[in-house]
Amino acid sequence: MTNSIEEIEHTEMILAIGTNTTENHPVIGAKVKRAVRQRGAKLLVIDPREIALTKYADLWLRQKPGTDVAVLNGLMNVIIAEKLYAADYVKDRTEGFEALKKVVENYTPTYVEGITGIPADDLKKAARLYAGAGRASILYAMGLTQHITGTDNVKSVANLAMLCGNIGIEGGGVNPLRGQNNVQGACDMGGLPVSLPAYQPVANDEARGRFEKAWGVTLPPRPGLTVVEIMNAAHKGDVRGLYIMGENPMLSDPDLAHVEAALKHLDFLVVQDIFLNETAQLADVVLPSAAFAEKDGTFTNTERRVQRIRKAVSPPGQARTDWEIIAGIASRMGYPMSYRDAEEIMAEIARVTPSYAGITYERIEREGLQWPCPTLDHPGTRFLHKEKFSRGLGLFHAIEYIPPAELPDREYPLILSTGRVLYHYHTGTMTRLAEGPSERCPESLIEIHPEDARAYGIADGQKVRVASRRGQVEAKAQVTEKSPAGTIFMNFHFREVAVNLLTNAALDPIGKIPEYKVCAVKVEAA
Amino acid sequence: MSSVPLNIDGRDLIGKPGQTILEVARENGIFIPTLCHYTGTTNVGACRVCVVEVENARSLVASCCMPISPGMVVRTDTPKVRASQRMIVELLWSSGDHNCLTCEQNGACELQDLVYWLKIDHPRFAIQPPGHPVETTNTMIQRDLNKCVLCGRCIRACNEIQVNEVLDFSMRGSHAKVGPAFDADYIDSECVFCGECVNVCPTGAITFKQARFSGRPWDMKKVRTTCAYCGVGCQIELNVHDGRVIKVTGNREFGQPNQGSLCVKGRFGMDFIHHPSRLTVPLIRKKKGGELTEATWDEALDLIAKKFKALKKQHGPDSIAGLCSARCTNEENYLFQKFMRAVVGTNSVDHCARL
Ligand code: SF4
Ligand code: SF4
Ligand code: SF4
Repeated sequence: MTNSIEEIEHTEMILAIGTNTTENHPVIGAKVKRAVRQRGAKLLVIDPREIALTKYADLWLRQKPGTDVAVLNGLMNVIIAEKLYAADYVKDRTEGFEALKKVVENYTPTYVEGITGIPADDLKKAARLYAGAGRASILYAMGLTQHITGTDNVKSVANLAMLCGNIGIEGGGVNPLRGQNNVQGACDMGGLPVSLPAYQPVANDEARGRFEKAWGVTLPPRPGLTVVEIMNAAHKGDVRGLYIMGENPMLSDPDLAHVEAALKHLDFLVVQDIFLNETAQLADVVLPSAAFAEKDGTFTNTERRVQRIRKAVSPPGQARTDWEIIAGIASRMGYPMSYRDAEEIMAEIARVTPSYAGITYERIEREGLQWPCPTLDHPGTRFLHKEKFSRGLGLFHAIEYIPPAELPDREYPLILSTGRVLYHYHTGTMTRLAEGPSERCPESLIEIHPEDARAYGIADGQKVRVASRRGQVEAKAQVTEKSPAGTIFMNFHFREVAVNLLTNAALDPIGKIPEYKVCAVKVEAA
Repeated sequence: MSSVPLNIDGRDLIGKPGQTILEVARENGIFIPTLCHYTGTTNVGACRVCVVEVENARSLVASCCMPISPGMVVRTDTPKVRASQRMIVELLWSSGDHNCLTCEQNGACELQDLVYWLKIDHPRFAIQPPGHPVETTNTMIQRDLNKCVLCGRCIRACNEIQVNEVLDFSMRGSHAKVGPAFDADYIDSECVFCGECVNVCPTGAITFKQARFSGRPWDMKKVRTTCAYCGVGCQIELNVHDGRVIKVTGNREFGQPNQGSLCVKGRFGMDFIHHPSRLTVPLIRKKKGGELTEATWDEALDLIAKKFKALKKQHGPDSIAGLCSARCTNEENYLFQKFMRAVVGTNSVDHCARL
């Protein structure tokens, strides 16, 4: 997030696009609802699904899945045509406006209505609502990113925010809500094939040189492979050994049949986890690790706040913390790693990661610090880009709308969109063992619109089969108007209804994010 | 005017305009008991436990609702105040089933504390609990409205803090009751089991069902940590007893990002920690197609080192890849990528951030 969670409650206007906040980030959802109910904030929801936030919204735009760029360009079209944008901000702090203007000129409300299904008048109202606010915060999540145009979508919301002068101010910003507790931290720490800690590019000689000195080795300059590329390389035999720590690609990755074949093709698979999950079952070595309640360390939340976790109980049996295991393997491979505790590792992180340089366990004992926190006396950063953008001027990206990779056709006439439900989390390995959440949500349901249910002769609660070009699954139907006609919605928490047997591994070319929000399927009674 | 002079219990104090008597008293370390008051929600002045005497006022006033005014003279500890508080507390006590012997909140109950503080031996009224059936229809939250003092905190927490808009009063007068619409049980309502109402209830009327009989409040070691689920990073308290996590509570003193609020996953999603299906020993598959069998740490780690070294030698470092985790700590992710880059020698390290 460019801004802080706290600010959401005190802003004038919230635009929620592609985030089912009350289910996926419930505590932020509560802040949005409080802002609306108690502080008079305006709320604009842009989502194909009738999520709970639509009840609190001043206006809800229901676009066809995968048409976000068109919607956002349409909003900017109106804002520019009606001169509602922050002209001074655009002049002083940004560049590329003319190119943007030229592209969005074509996205008139009527043209956009044709692509997105949003009535032209609603689009105009929405544009005025957003541009009319003194401070507006944009919230988004996987609903925006899990498309082949995910990167375009994100750039487009940034365009919109800059156009109205909403970046670099309190209560404004472009705020991705991260799905998993430490996605932010895993990226910050260099868990990416292109970058070392703090997003220092591996291909940059100077950056790499610093780490070579700190770690006492020479480092490979060529960027590595992403998850999906790793699976493809394993399939081809280019990747032969795979070390997986705390992930379950056998349920979370797109096109599972392909993932399974890839993993089985490996010479050597090591899985380190708290459970013998689907991926671990294929491993050559399985290492038992400690859960979050059994170790010390830090997580970095979605607002860049580095916060402590603390050991409350002992790990079961012989389970060890992940860092102890990694250090054990490294040492056996001739590179001794010896750390007294997690705190000592954090001290090393602070030395090589400029944005974490001022962070110590002592400082975050009572309250987490938000990076960038470059020095020991720096108070942390509540919102980014205050006086200037990281690159100097904010750059507008002129972006054209591209339709999703796989659209419905005669054989596969429906769109499948996937996501989460309140009571479960990711691949369900943790929440499905929880009695309470499982009582509230015991099984995977396929949400289908009454019109489609009628067309395919499906009754509420009836078992149905959903098939795509890649596979099929069965589950009970829930007939509801939550998703628009022509679109069904499923979650990915249940291994017995592994929805990623259906999804399309088509990737966003830059973000390499699979298109989980749109693929073509057919539905029939099972 | 930016400061309001007033006198509480003989002390000359300065308050800010718009503050209540209660707020100024608390700021200055003067104790006034409360029950229905809950900071951050509407002041309703319903229980009247917080009454004080204000000079020239005709009757006692509820300090939680009364704004201060210049020159106000307040007494919090007169016999009249105490008599009134005793009357209220004795009525509450006698109109419920406050059997502390088996109550989960014994030792952490605001009603119990009030009784003790007011030095009440017995209520002067006959004890007549309303006879509500205990609600045990879900596994997460148990409600025993016989212990409810109708303070309305659960209602305000649900509507004003979580804005879930599930709870309200039903009926009036002596039949008054709190709960979801149409007197439904939580499980049959729109309740999303955030547990905020449990956290704010001053008595044992709403409790964590799975934690029942697993440890008294004073047994619990509370360990502050960060929730393991979504990216909000809520600060939570693991309540630990006998080496087990018994329940999860929120704590408003921890401040941002969640100010004590949680959702169902953070609150009730922690069963996995002690689940019997946890991995407890390293496992090795001796030959392809064979079974996974138990091994020692030395065997497992030696095997990994040997295999990775051999692959690296034969096929180069890029024949090995690694997936770190959005669920592991910063320290572990840092070390993992350091291992892949510095020890294996490849940049093929990624995680499922995008999924
Ligand atoms: S658990 Fe949450 S949603 Fe349910 S009644 Fe209590 S406060 Fe409301
Ligand atoms: S259930 Fe608890 S919080 Fe709710 S009104 Fe009764 S005593 Fe107050
Ligand atoms: S308690 Fe809920 S909202 Fe808070 S971090 Fe955990 S999962 Fe997210």
